[in-house]
Amino acid sequence: MKERELRAHVLDLLKNQNLAVLSTDRGGHPYASLVGFLADDDLKFIYFVTTRATRKFDALTSNPRVAMLIDNRSNTYGDFREAMAVTALGEAGEIEKAKHQDIVKAYVEKHPHLSDFISSPTSALVRIEVETYYAVTRFQQVMELHLK
Amino acid sequence: MKERVKPLYKVTAGERDRFGGKCSALAGLAEKGFRVPDGVCIDSALYRDFVTKTGLVRRIHFELNRKRFEDMRWEEIWDAALRIRNLFVSTDIPGPMRDHIASVVEPVFSETPVAVRSSAGMEDSAEMSFAGLHESYVNIIGISSILDHIKLVWASLWSDRALLYRQELGLDVEASSMGVVVQELVAGDASGVVFSRDPDDAARAVIEAVHGLNQALVDGTVEPDRWLVDRESAKVLSHHAVDRKMKMTAAPDGVRLVDLDERARGVPPLREEDIPKILEAALKAERVFGRPQDVEWTIKKGEIYVLQSRPITVATDGDDKRTWYLTLTRSFENLKALRERIENEIIPGMEADTAALAAIDLTGLSDEALTEEIRRRDQIYEKWKKVYWDECIPFAHGMRLFGQVYNDIIRPQDPYQFMDLLSTGSTIGLMRNYLLGMMASVVREDASLAADLEAGRVPEKGSRFQVLLEDYVKRFGDLPPAGKTVKAGADAAERTVGLVLELAKRPPTGDTERQSRREMLERDFLGAFPEERKQFAADLLDLARASYRWRDDDNIYLARIDAEARRPEETAQARMKRGMVAQALEVEVLERSKVREALARSGDRQPSDRSQAASPGKEESRKRFRARQLTGQPAGPGIATGRARVIGADNLFDFKAGEVLVCDAIEPEMTFIVPLAAGIVERRGGMLIHGAIIAREYGIPCVTGVPDAARLIITGDRVTVDGYLGIVVLEGVTSTDAVAREGGKRYE
Repeated sequence: MKERELRAHVLDLLKNQNLAVLSTDRGGHPYASLVGFLADDDLKFIYFVTTRATRKFDALTSNPRVAMLIDNRSNTYGDFREAMAVTALGEAGEIEKAKHQDIVKAYVEKHPHLSDFISSPTSALVRIEVETYYAVTRFQQVMELHLK
Repeated sequence: MKERVKPLYKVTAGERDRFGGKCSALAGLAEKGFRVPDGVCIDSALYRDFVTKTGLVRRIHFELNRKRFEDMRWEEIWDAALRIRNLFVSTDIPGPMRDHIASVVEPVFSETPVAVRSSAGMEDSAEMSFAGLHESYVNIIGISSILDHIKLVWASLWSDRALLYRQELGLDVEASSMGVVVQELVAGDASGVVFSRDPDDAARAVIEAVHGLNQALVDGTVEPDRWLVDRESAKVLSHHAVDRKMKMTAAPDGVRLVDLDERARGVPPLREEDIPKILEAALKAERVFGRPQDVEWTIKKGEIYVLQSRPITVATDGDDKRTWYLTLTRSFENLKALRERIENEIIPGMEADTAALAAIDLTGLSDEALTEEIRRRDQIYEKWKKVYWDECIPFAHGMRLFGQVYNDIIRPQDPYQFMDLLSTGSTIGLMRNYLLGMMASVVREDASLAADLEAGRVPEKGSRFQVLLEDYVKRFGDLPPAGKTVKAGADAAERTVGLVLELAKRPPTGDTERQSRREMLERDFLGAFPEERKQFAADLLDLARASYRWRDDDNIYLARIDAEARRPEETAQARMKRGMVAQALEVEVLERSKVREALARSGDRQPSDRSQAASPGKEESRKRFRARQLTGQPAGPGIATGRARVIGADNLFDFKAGEVLVCDAIEPEMTFIVPLAAGIVERRGGMLIHGAIIAREYGIPCVTGVPDAARLIITGDRVTVDGYLGIVVLEGVTSTDAVAREGGKRYE
């Protein structure tokens, strides 16, 4: 596999999946949650929306280091060989919706049913600046893509 | 459930599809009054039940998707098929299913010898014939053995041959299935095939016949008599008689090739009056199925039994390499004949040619004579290369055949355990390594000798080391690493000393341990056979050991001819360096080097970036993109961590003790560096390839079939080779110093 191929595979996965598992940490207490996400075309940023009262938001404000798992499993035995899983590592932080209307628009296009959710004053638009992707295919083949 | 297993004559036209092609054809023939051996059909849904209830379907899927199919070499496909076969062997048919099959089969065939044959959906469709992709077993007696063989037939849905044609067959783990027919074995006096219409002439039919059972004809072991017959008048147009020597008969282990008696040798397998009867059967089959047929038959006491009928199809893919792969599967009898030929004709022939070529003093030849000599040697090499491909490579199937028999009777956890029985340490490569190992042990015990050698001082003539060294150079000094000539004499001695010094840094290998393990496994194997089959088991083991030995050694004999074939070219190059040579010679030499370059570019080998460690561009790109964990096949159990060195033919001698050997493919001429390695990673995949065989021999963790191994791993990477799971983990670049301190670790 070459770098170009890997980038294409990762991008394809990120464009086609709606949900990802976000992993956070607060004071040595790990936590994992499912979020609706959006990725940009050059793979640099991943966005998701959460209400500020959540445990995950609380965690990432105290420790912005996060991991996110995106995969295309279908809960069949074929997954073990056919599914792809990508782990993104990076730093997360809230960005202002007003200043990033293009992102809000793209997010709603991908998740139309979340338009009320994203426009609520109680929800935050969070951006992860990705440093590394670990892509796993065929159960155990692992490739790394470093953006920083 | 009741309907899934049925006597052949009860299979109705409407349900033939689910019983598969063979059952369907036989039921159709029986209905039209052909004499067909008694049979029981097992429908394909039972296969699906079996693989679903036992979870096998998941394991087959997992096995077949180890890597992209396009990336799998034939040997890897064979390996996958063997592992799947082992899964079937070691998975019991669930009780109720077993009882159901037995309830229909046992009343018909309690003590009668039967054939257990595949009856797949696509096997004999009108468009394509896939005869021979799936298995049939002959002379099976008793319900327990019949059930075991039904599983083997099921397993052959995923045989290496079927997997090669997976697209045409539409093979799909989730949907494909396999019917089976259990049929009375009719031990005919003569057997054969008839083509109702000769593909070359529509007015003729073709009959082929042998004495005894037709397995010998089908697998090509016995050449048949052949008749061309006019379809209208049944008149014999021609009879091609052959030199008849052998026939196949039923034996305790299936079938056996035996000598024909004097009387039978002199008579054709068919009498004149049999010909019209066989033609009539073929024409009738053609009318029943509405198109020309290829009918297998046998004659017993003058009665014709039809064993099978399928449409005549034109062979597909004339230039397809797959048809060559199909020829690699050989019967025991065929392999025995091949061994005779290799040991008594091919190898002595290669040796004689090598010796004759080596005896010629090339420096004494004129430019014209040298040009001629270059061409002549080319032809000699090409001749032997063809023999190697046509006869030596197929002989490697001896190991595979043994592996199947071993796995069937021993049912080991590790489907490659059989490999541990095959090495008797007598391959040329192992003997060479043995001599190197002896020199290394002398060095290990003598610090001052080591210091002398390090300093480039030659030990005294007559000293133990010097005697061993001279012996080694005499025997193996002419052996080049792949594609490169190393001159015998001083150069060879110097390189050998370097190698021995590296080898002395490694712990000695445990020969005795392997020896006793081999003896134990051999006792278990032979002991597992009943008395009357012990001889067969011993013969097969002997054949497999020869197959194992020749797999490496024939390469070395060929490499020696190759080296001789290149020698006049080197002489010519030396002359060219010194000054003018005849134009014809110069043109010849230049042309050849061009051809060689082109071949190297288009060949099977992938280029490896041996200099990457020193390339800044590469380092920059590796900061963005690199492999963290690569998967291949587990080819030698064990785990090892060390510094990687990517090796090709031109940097073999740079390899250091304790490093992990990473390469595109290990050739038999390269195996002398293997004992130095802490672990092995190879792009070329397979369990029976040279690298895997020798890694197993020395107990070195080995992973093969890692796509792009020599590109994604670079010299200096710290890697862990997991030979249990077939995984290579890259832990980033190590500094040379750090590695030198650690010396590379190895755990067992």
